Amino acid sequence: MDLFEYQGKQYFARFDISVPTGDIARTVDEVVTLANSIGYPVVIKAQVQVGGRGKAGGIKIANNAEEARFHGGNILGMSIKGHVVHMVWVERASDIAEEYYVSFTLDRSAKQYLGMLSARGGIDIEQVAEQDPGAIQIIHINPVDGLTAETAHAWVAAAGLNPIAVDQTVTLVQKLYRAFTDGDADLVEINPMILSKDGRVYALDAKVSLDDSAAGRHPEWDAFGVVTVAAGDEREKLAKEKGLQYIGLDGSVGIIANGAGLAMSTLDTVKQVGGSAANFLDIGGGANAEVVTNALTVINTDPNLKVILINIFGGITRGDEVARGIVEGINNVQLRAPLVIRIDGTSAVEGRAILKQHESDQVISEETMLSAARRAVAIAEGK
Amino acid sequence: MAIFVDQNTKVVVQGLTGSQGRFYGLRNRAYGTQIVAGTNPKKAGTDVEGIPVYAGVADAVREAGANTTFIIVPSAFAADAIMEAAEGGVGFIVCVTEHIPMHDQARVYNLLRRDFPNTRLLGPNCAGIISPGKCNIGFNPPEVAKEGSIGIVSRSGTLAYQSTYELTRKGLGQSSVVGIGGDPVPGTSFIDCLQAFEADPETKGVIMIGEIGGTQEEEAADYIKANMTKPVVAYIAGVTAPAGRKMGHAGAIVTGNKGTAAGKMKALEAAGAVVAQNPTQLGDLMEQALKG
Repeated sequence: MDLFEYQGKQYFARFDISVPTGDIARTVDEVVTLANSIGYPVVIKAQVQVGGRGKAGGIKIANNAEEARFHGGNILGMSIKGHVVHMVWVERASDIAEEYYVSFTLDRSAKQYLGMLSARGGIDIEQVAEQDPGAIQIIHINPVDGLTAETAHAWVAAAGLNPIAVDQTVTLVQKLYRAFTDGDADLVEINPMILSKDGRVYALDAKVSLDDSAAGRHPEWDAFGVVTVAAGDEREKLAKEKGLQYIGLDGSVGIIANGAGLAMSTLDTVKQVGGSAANFLDIGGGANAEVVTNALTVINTDPNLKVILINIFGGITRGDEVARGIVEGINNVQLRAPLVIRIDGTSAVEGRAILKQHESDQVISEETMLSAARRAVAIAEGK
Repeated sequence: MAIFVDQNTKVVVQGLTGSQGRFYGLRNRAYGTQIVAGTNPKKAGTDVEGIPVYAGVADAVREAGANTTFIIVPSAFAADAIMEAAEGGVGFIVCVTEHIPMHDQARVYNLLRRDFPNTRLLGPNCAGIISPGKCNIGFNPPEVAKEGSIGIVSRSGTLAYQSTYELTRKGLGQSSVVGIGGDPVPGTSFIDCLQAFEADPETKGVIMIGEIGGTQEEEAADYIKANMTKPVVAYIAGVTAPAGRKMGHAGAIVTGNKGTAAGKMKALEAAGAVVAQNPTQLGDLMEQALKG
């Protein structure tokens, strides 16, 4: 789960990482009231989960109530790369002396944590990484050992920050490390972490991605979830309500498969034989009849839908369960497109027997993945 | 021969008394796998269809001679279960549990490497492993497998079953089919499996099934180029996958230009592997590669 900047800042505050004083506003009046209470100048920042906010005019400084009203009115409701701004974060403007970059994430190759620290933070750290990799100080941390104070010192010392910033940065990176590990984040990133003109080091931005697998031990995350669901397309919203792994696409072949690998492979195969997928949908391991019915319900709402391709290879998922789900789906949902079905693996023989009784020009069985994809694409093209 | 598991593998099932553990434990036994024990501290002394249940893995090793474990417990208990297994003395741990938090995986992986360097973890969030005719641990549907000399290694479970099926349809049996799982910190990598298949005299060729994300396939390509004498036929899923809504830049900096399906396919081709465009081609391509 990716957090909005303001949620990231709230998250950081829990780990005692300094962020500018601020709060969230949803209306222009709220922006002005908030700015008055914080004291000018303030920064008004659009809350969207997409890069390039500043360039799009989504970040503005206001020196008085009039300007706060003006910018607040412009930013709220604006669309940044298709993301409509419903909220802004209003904070005290900072007097920036220097901008740094710091992050922790998992290095999947090394199977250890990776810390990155740079004296050249600010806008485009990816460009820095490409053109001047030496400007980023990299550290690998064994999760068993953790980040010791000595290591943190050596790491920060090597990064070439302003000497005034060093001690505070050492403390900050240790807090950030705890926010990463104890907090169960996949990624914590501050860009920029600033040194202010009055000599303080703190986080001016916050990028936090939480590990969904750890949600069970973090009831406090529920507050984040409510907001993040609001974004996205209607099909995806419905799918999320029904607990499905669904991504909406532009094509006409609706896809249901079990396992992310097989689902991706089904999309690829449809493309390869000249079609295009309407969606990615992984009904997962152990999918039962209810899940299949839900999947059919969601796909059926797609306006571009011409055909539905169901590709199941039973392992954890049982072919007979899926077949029962398809039959239930046919009975419960007024399907707008024919089904092409391929089932193999665990209990596939039973599954095919169940479907046999329902076969028609609307319910078609195919033997292999490739032949099923070909048949589905032919139907989508009206052949 | 086969890799990691064979007819001498004796399995304890951590989670045998749960509904999933019971279903797959019994199905694996029905295939002929030596399922010698289950564990559950509250049900020690009972049995599941004749399989004795012990309090913990150490007892199962001592009393029933278990040398391998099949972990099928809820995610909240899985990291502890892995450490219990290593401490209990089994040499091979298969963990199918999904949704183990990333930080638990990272800690467990590094703890095993430090304290139990000879214990191999397969998974988590993997389909398991089958050495056809000898041993099946996990979710692999045995009806599509056939004894033979092709090794399969796959991140995705369903694509492992799919490719097993494609080979069997062509009359090509398998030495072992290994699902390494798609989680952030897999205990066993592509390279571990390629190395084991290269060393296994029974294996004549290897099918490798990757997918987008991470750099494991690129690392495997380097390994293939430098070390593999046996033919490798590869398939990468995700050519048309929608780009993930990634946040922040740390991931992009780490992977650079790696991670895409096209990049992985190119790396594998350059390493001398044959790259299939879809799973249905795997059987034909392996047949040709073996002749070549």
